[in-house]
Amino acid sequence: MAEPLDDYIDAVSKALALPIEEAWRPAVRANLEVSLRLGRLVDEFALPDDTEPAPIFTA
Amino acid sequence: MSAKPEMTAAEIASAVAGRKMSALAATEAALARIAQHDRTLNSFTDVTAERARAKARGIDADIAAGKTVGPLAGVPFAVKNLFDVAGLPTRAGSKINRDLAPARRDATLIERMEAAGAVLVGALNMGEYAYDFTGENIHDGPSRNPHDTTRMSGGSSGGSGSAVGGALVPIALGSDTNGSIRVPSSFCGIFGLKPTYGRLSRARSFPFVASLDHLGPFARSVVDLALAYDAMQGPDAEDSACTTRGLEPTLPLLANPVSDLRIAIAGGHFQKNVFPEAVEAVSRVAKALGATQVVDVPEASRARAAAYVITTTEGASLHLDRLRKRPNDFDPAVRDRLIAGALVPAPLVDRAQKFRRWYRAQLAEIFKTVDVLLAPATPCTAPKLGQVNFNLDGVELPVRANIGIHTQPISFIGLPVVAVPVPLEPLPIGVQIICAPWREDIALRVAHALEKMGVAAAPAPRGI
Repeated sequence: MAEPLDDYIDAVSKALALPIEEAWRPAVRANLEVSLRLGRLVDEFALPDDTEPAPIFTA
Repeated sequence: MSAKPEMTAAEIASAVAGRKMSALAATEAALARIAQHDRTLNSFTDVTAERARAKARGIDADIAAGKTVGPLAGVPFAVKNLFDVAGLPTRAGSKINRDLAPARRDATLIERMEAAGAVLVGALNMGEYAYDFTGENIHDGPSRNPHDTTRMSGGSSGGSGSAVGGALVPIALGSDTNGSIRVPSSFCGIFGLKPTYGRLSRARSFPFVASLDHLGPFARSVVDLALAYDAMQGPDAEDSACTTRGLEPTLPLLANPVSDLRIAIAGGHFQKNVFPEAVEAVSRVAKALGATQVVDVPEASRARAAAYVITTTEGASLHLDRLRKRPNDFDPAVRDRLIAGALVPAPLVDRAQKFRRWYRAQLAEIFKTVDVLLAPATPCTAPKLGQVNFNLDGVELPVRANIGIHTQPISFIGLPVVAVPVPLEPLPIGVQIICAPWREDIALRVAHALEKMGVAAAPAPRGI
């Protein structure tokens, strides 16, 4: 996950007007890699199309 | 009569109501303990001494006038510094929030505690913006473990754990988004209640992740935990997630037997990546309760992953403008996590929310056949301050990323949990007593039974 992810970080941070100094980049990328790895775990779990999200959560 | 550090809230309230001790004496004793020990523990960021004395004098005047006082009369307590305290900026562990105007009104839960007679003595250290499992804070220094001050208090409600574990106050309040009540309870050897999502009002507290944020109490005994919890229950139109259910007092139910409860041990994910002390603690609790059945909680690892994704993205959204304008005023580690969260693609967040609903349904099925699940609160006892990795079965694992692996899949769907301290040597460790939504009464009842059996207990602080 070297250059494509760096390109992605550049593009999205620019779109969000979110400054990322060069010194922060390795840690930002490392954290993003963790988020994407865990996100893939969620992504690969098949759910029925009619599954409702729970953004307004009730226990 | 003077207040001794080992006095519970119930004992203090009884002594104050019975005119054996004044509320002012109880307050002064807590202030003296804070002055004596907090230079070591660093659990308080603000001590509200004059406010506390004024409140205590008012309680004493009421008693002298023959008025009825509340069940927490004269009991000193403190709150994580993300609760609004009138007159203080709500710093939420940050440098940035210190520039906010002072809060004009207390958080709802402080008002309810004080309506029951409790006396606020201060605000407590915490991890920056609650994005933390260690209790360390780059701006205020770490709150320290009361049993070994070279170790973590646990986060993010580290000051709450440290202050109650160190017996500076009998009750503290904190917040739990992914484990921030249960982790400090485990490391500091005290009882902590993370209620059902929506049970206790979050009005006038600084948020982190709206759909995961809970507030709750810490104490050194289960009776004290129930006293505080019962005093804080009730609807609140100022928190849109707060339930409209009526009060469901737990204190009168604490002594009911637990022999009729179906208690099982959470398997799978909850038995992996644990140190022997966590295994031993769950084993002791299970044995005392006669629990032998192991129930697999399906996809708990994935639930933890989904909680992580929702946390990092919602947290990033909350702080986006501060990340743009004041990035150098964050703890760099928090800043870099939040920036990364802002970059996570939206479909992953939506899928995490959909998975959440699916997972909630699986747990609802489990709770048709069991009343209680037992699980470790943390995989280990308190690590050293600043510790980066630990070695588990020959594998080096990052400490921070793994402290909350057993708490996250539970708060993800808002289940109520009491973390009970098992007083192992040399350090205590917690076990989660997990119940179906709205059944805090059962979790507290089981915790009370364990305390009566001597299996769960808050050890006296040995580090101060």
